[in-house]
Amino acid sequence: MNRRNFLQSGAMLGGGLLISFVVPQVNKLAAMGVKPAPGAPFAPNAFLNIAPDNTITVYLSHVEMGQGIWTTLPMLLADELDVDLNKINVEHSGVDKAYNHTAYGIQITGGSSSTWSEFDRYRNAGATARILLTQAAAKRAGVDVDKCKTHDGFVTAGGKKYSYGELAADAALLPAPKEVALRESSEWKYIGKGAKRIDAGAKTNGEARFGMDVQFPGLLTAVVAHPPVFGGKVRSYDDSKAMAVPGVRQVVKIPTGVAVIADHFWAAQQGCKALKVSWDEGPGASLVTAQQTAAYKKLAATNGLPAQKKGDAASALTRSSKVISAEYVFPYLAHAAMEPLNCTVHIKKDSCEIWTGTQLPGIDQAAAAKILGLSPEKVKINVTFLGGGFGRRATPGSDFVTEAVHIAKASGKPVKMVWTREDDMKGGYYRPFFVHNVKVGLGADGSPQAWKHNIVGQSIMGEAGMFGPPKDGIDDTSVEGVKGSPYLDAVPDHFVGLHTTKEAVPILWFRSVGNTHTAYVMETIMDELAHAAGTDPIEYRRALLKDHPRHLAALDLVADKGRWKKKAAPGRFKGVAVHEAFGSYVATIAEVSVTDGQVRVHKVDCAIDCGLAVNPDGVKAQMESGIIFGLTMALYGELTIDKGRVQQNNFYDYKIARMNESPEINVFIVDSREKMGGAGECAVPPTAPAIANAIFAATGKRIYNLPIVNNKTRLA
Amino acid sequence: MLTITINGKQREVDADPDMPLLWVLRDLLGLTGTKFGCGAAQCGACTVHLNGEAVRSCVTKVSRAAGQQVTTIEGLSANNDHPLQKAWAELDVPQCGYCQSGQLMSAAVLLRENANPTDGDIDDAMSGNICRCGTYPRIRAAIHKAAKMQREGGRS
Repeated sequence: MNRRNFLQSGAMLGGGLLISFVVPQVNKLAAMGVKPAPGAPFAPNAFLNIAPDNTITVYLSHVEMGQGIWTTLPMLLADELDVDLNKINVEHSGVDKAYNHTAYGIQITGGSSSTWSEFDRYRNAGATARILLTQAAAKRAGVDVDKCKTHDGFVTAGGKKYSYGELAADAALLPAPKEVALRESSEWKYIGKGAKRIDAGAKTNGEARFGMDVQFPGLLTAVVAHPPVFGGKVRSYDDSKAMAVPGVRQVVKIPTGVAVIADHFWAAQQGCKALKVSWDEGPGASLVTAQQTAAYKKLAATNGLPAQKKGDAASALTRSSKVISAEYVFPYLAHAAMEPLNCTVHIKKDSCEIWTGTQLPGIDQAAAAKILGLSPEKVKINVTFLGGGFGRRATPGSDFVTEAVHIAKASGKPVKMVWTREDDMKGGYYRPFFVHNVKVGLGADGSPQAWKHNIVGQSIMGEAGMFGPPKDGIDDTSVEGVKGSPYLDAVPDHFVGLHTTKEAVPILWFRSVGNTHTAYVMETIMDELAHAAGTDPIEYRRALLKDHPRHLAALDLVADKGRWKKKAAPGRFKGVAVHEAFGSYVATIAEVSVTDGQVRVHKVDCAIDCGLAVNPDGVKAQMESGIIFGLTMALYGELTIDKGRVQQNNFYDYKIARMNESPEINVFIVDSREKMGGAGECAVPPTAPAIANAIFAATGKRIYNLPIVNNKTRLA
Repeated sequence: MLTITINGKQREVDADPDMPLLWVLRDLLGLTGTKFGCGAAQCGACTVHLNGEAVRSCVTKVSRAAGQQVTTIEGLSANNDHPLQKAWAELDVPQCGYCQSGQLMSAAVLLRENANPTDGDIDDAMSGNICRCGTYPRIRAAIHKAAKMQREGGRS
């Protein structure tokens, strides 16, 4: 088989006579399954497989965790391949360099980037296949290629009509085309118009398989006793009572605790409860939220490392006619995906197979391989559906996969590790705790003329380690949304400083990352400035954003559709916020009422400019999702720590918004052909400040510490 | 040995009577459509029907189901064609999908008892089920749609 052929006998893929298309990245052709020459990368670039029986399978380089990529990537390909989307099978890819992110260089689903980063690659994959199928049809029918036409899985060539499956074997022998022309947008059937979710059926009848659902004969279940304090270690343990629980097979010590392994989850959990462990808690036991808050506030009052500066903010502040000062506190937050973390590991003689829902399969593969002393390609990662991710299933340290591999290694048997909700809640890798201290000096016209802003918190990128230490000591994820804020463009003297702290608490990216706190600060203080200037909050922002058309487009659309100028119903009040994150611009109007300090969000209108919305209803779904995620964060989200122990346990003390708190939501998409941005995260940042600004309109009270529920007495 | 009728079929189960129904369904019988979310009756992901009533199977001892009728998501309809399942797909309700078995099982009881639920009825019936993806607006719309389908022609 010629390595330059892009079609390949599928014996390696599925056995039998299956013929596979292995569609390459442009200029980088390699055949799937062909043993690479020594030192050559195994890079099959397999995004598409067409079998003789017309089964068309699309392999996803990105994983489905709710965002709808299971539908969107096949849409891109289907429009070029010219097939009915409903005839496509979809599978998560395995781990291979071929599936590395086109911009980030590792195999990752994150950063709201799947659609824009794959927009060309998946269309090219479909177009390349269509060209080859057309050539194969032309050859078979003995007509010119320009006499051939594709339609919905068939090629008509002269008077003949062939299905793609019939042509697959012939097409497999053709050399890949040098140039691939993509279709004009006028020819798109799916892109920009949308499609129903391909995974909806399997997600309504119990068929969809999540990591939690992996089962096979001989598989045991492990529940782990974790240290009560981050960084704690097992001093000693007594497993006599645990081993006496019917169904418990083994108790093993692992680096992160003690695992009880049993025939099923319930036995393992009962065994874990019966286990006696003595812990060496370590230095993490000294952390207390109140003390952390006080220490961070003290630091925030001083200048940190400069993240952005212009002019002399300090002296400009002394010249300002009015100075507004504010100090903000943001707690640790747990992602709390509905599917508790879990991972199944089957170690075989010279290999290992893993099943889990992960956003970072390649990193997890490498971590498992290292523990087992195997080369990475000997570790097969099967990515299931993810029961929510929000960033928590993208741990650079592979925390849950590592733990499961250690358990399986110690056990010698195939094991599914399952975290309880409490393990998941207390397991760390949180949105970091942050404090901001801001002073804004107003000019005589009420516009901001001086801005001093210091931010204190742990560094996600610094602690993640995977991208090296942050440049100049500034982790952009700590300051994004303040650094680079369009408002600061208009402030002649400004300073943004960062103090990076270290704590025992592991931290991680959390849906919209730094924007979860920076947008809150920027957009609530903007509301204060507008109020101080006696100007309408939207008009005040519009003046500062005059050179930022995409912010304006979103703001103007939501102001119009959300009827900003029209007074809300009696007892209800409106607040607004606008923020860019992950290349998308979102403006949000929240409508709230406050009764006896109790906040109710009745309605949220939101407008987004994400450039081309490939699947408009999918974009709307992500906006709804982000708004409710942001609402939970604003109203309730908080983890507190005492003596190093996370105080929250489960959904009864870490509240998630429910149906009865879900507002009416209206989403409007700006008709835009600007650069594409992401949709998965950008609705989160403006939600909390829009709610807080509406609360100010209702009560005259500002909220400087989230969650809002902690302000109940103040608001009453 | 306990006997339970699950999705219309009699099943013999060798389990400790205190074992939660959830783990009997999932780990002993392989019915993994019913999900584990919290283990404390807080999230509703494990909702099944016990003699037609919605129960949180994570806190329901299997002994309570002995000799009784249990319906899980796998038994909600034969061909994924319960009006709720159809409405869920038509309105693209699921995102990650993990909570949706429980949402559907809660909604199915509501719809059986109340042919034309108001938003308030939906709040009352559905607020025990958490969705972290925030699909609530679509769940609400889909319940209204399914109710309409059911009124206009019953199950297909």
